[in-house]
Amino acid sequence: MRLLSKKDAKLILDPLSDNNPITVQVLGICSALAVTAQLKPSIVMAMAVMFVMGMGNVVISLLRNLIPPKIRIIAQLIVVATLVIVVDQVLKAYAYELSNQLSVFIGLIITNCIIMGRFEAFALGNGPRESFLDGIGNAAGYGLILVIVGALRELFGSGTLLGFEIFGSSVEGTGLYALGYENNGFMVLPPMALIVVGLIIWVQRHYNKELHEDN
Amino acid sequence: MEYLELLFKSIFVENMVFAYFLGMCSYLAVSKKVSTAFGLGLAVVFVLMVTVPLNWLLDQYILQEGALSWLGEEYASYDLSFLTYILFIATIATMVQLVEIVVEKFAPALYNSLGIFLPLIAVNCAILGGSLFMQARDIATLGLATTYGVGAGIGFFLAIVSIAAIREKIRYSNVPAPLRGLGITFIITGLMAIGFMSFGGMLTGGDEGEDDAEATELSVDGKLQEEKNAINNETITVSSITLE
Repeated sequence: MRLLSKKDAKLILDPLSDNNPITVQVLGICSALAVTAQLKPSIVMAMAVMFVMGMGNVVISLLRNLIPPKIRIIAQLIVVATLVIVVDQVLKAYAYELSNQLSVFIGLIITNCIIMGRFEAFALGNGPRESFLDGIGNAAGYGLILVIVGALRELFGSGTLLGFEIFGSSVEGTGLYALGYENNGFMVLPPMALIVVGLIIWVQRHYNKELHEDN
Repeated sequence: MEYLELLFKSIFVENMVFAYFLGMCSYLAVSKKVSTAFGLGLAVVFVLMVTVPLNWLLDQYILQEGALSWLGEEYASYDLSFLTYILFIATIATMVQLVEIVVEKFAPALYNSLGIFLPLIAVNCAILGGSLFMQARDIATLGLATTYGVGAGIGFFLAIVSIAAIREKIRYSNVPAPLRGLGITFIITGLMAIGFMSFGGMLTGGDEGEDDAEATELSVDGKLQEEKNAINNETITVSSITLE
């Protein structure tokens, strides 16, 4: 027997491209883009969201028959807020600098639409196992975009990846810099995150005609 | 003067949408028509105006280290700041519900124009973001906190109404098919954000060490600055063309 049936695999793989939370469902853009100036915070953010989404989806799915529909938003917010506090405290304890760098954006995972969106759309109507897979899959799709944007911005903005100098040292003028290459400082500024995502959407939709929208 | 500076800063320099990408989801989803964008914008201003000062009070008298000392000596050593998120979001969710009930009762016209947007606002990142930034920046007085809330709300309002106006017009342009809808909106927002960056130099000598450090770090090489200015000019032309 395979570990994942076809349906389960679809739950995980679908959000990576065809049903990507950021580029297709338009969820979870809020707290994502501000952290993508470098690769490292992007990865940490993606992991944090994956933890919160996987766990949150399971909890909500287990509680789905107990939560009265009228107050479900508050109940969901409390579950997410609790999980986010866990993430925040762990980051503060083990990666203090990173936690300072991410500042309020860890807290903003609470109102990340992707989490509420998946709770509403999936966890409230499905069992814990499927919900867990759905949470992990969507968080992975979200993380994928984050990592692509983070890598592009760090590579072209500061010439490094995870702090390693890829193009040679800009200070000493070695590697590509000796040939007159310059970092595009514009890439690390906030507006470029939006434009890079716009370009990613362009490329994705060029290959997937089904996703085209009317103006 | 202090109030005016904070107001200006929170509207333009630190615009919720263009500088911090907060409230992006509703910004993208509800900006197809100017009239709906207007309603959502108003609702956000309103809710931020109520929740930021309220959360400021909570932060000052319950959450901060030593904030409980008004209860008595023995409580002075408590630090409840780890409860920030849960308390802030609970306040916001309840306030949104309360605001909804009050507005429905006393201003039915406003309620009808805000419509479904009020309940949605509880999960708008701009609202929680406003409170969290207020806390992170140690805003000193209740008045300043209210000013910050109003300013942040107006910033969001401006952003969403202007993008809705652009999107209404862009319907008549020939955008490449894969870019239609979401893609072009992202890119326009990016260009608008570049435009808004030009406000950045208008307030210097502010009180935030963190932001200033970032700004100096970025403008270390003068070339970048020049480049930025050139691009700014370009953007302004581009956006005026789009507007026409």
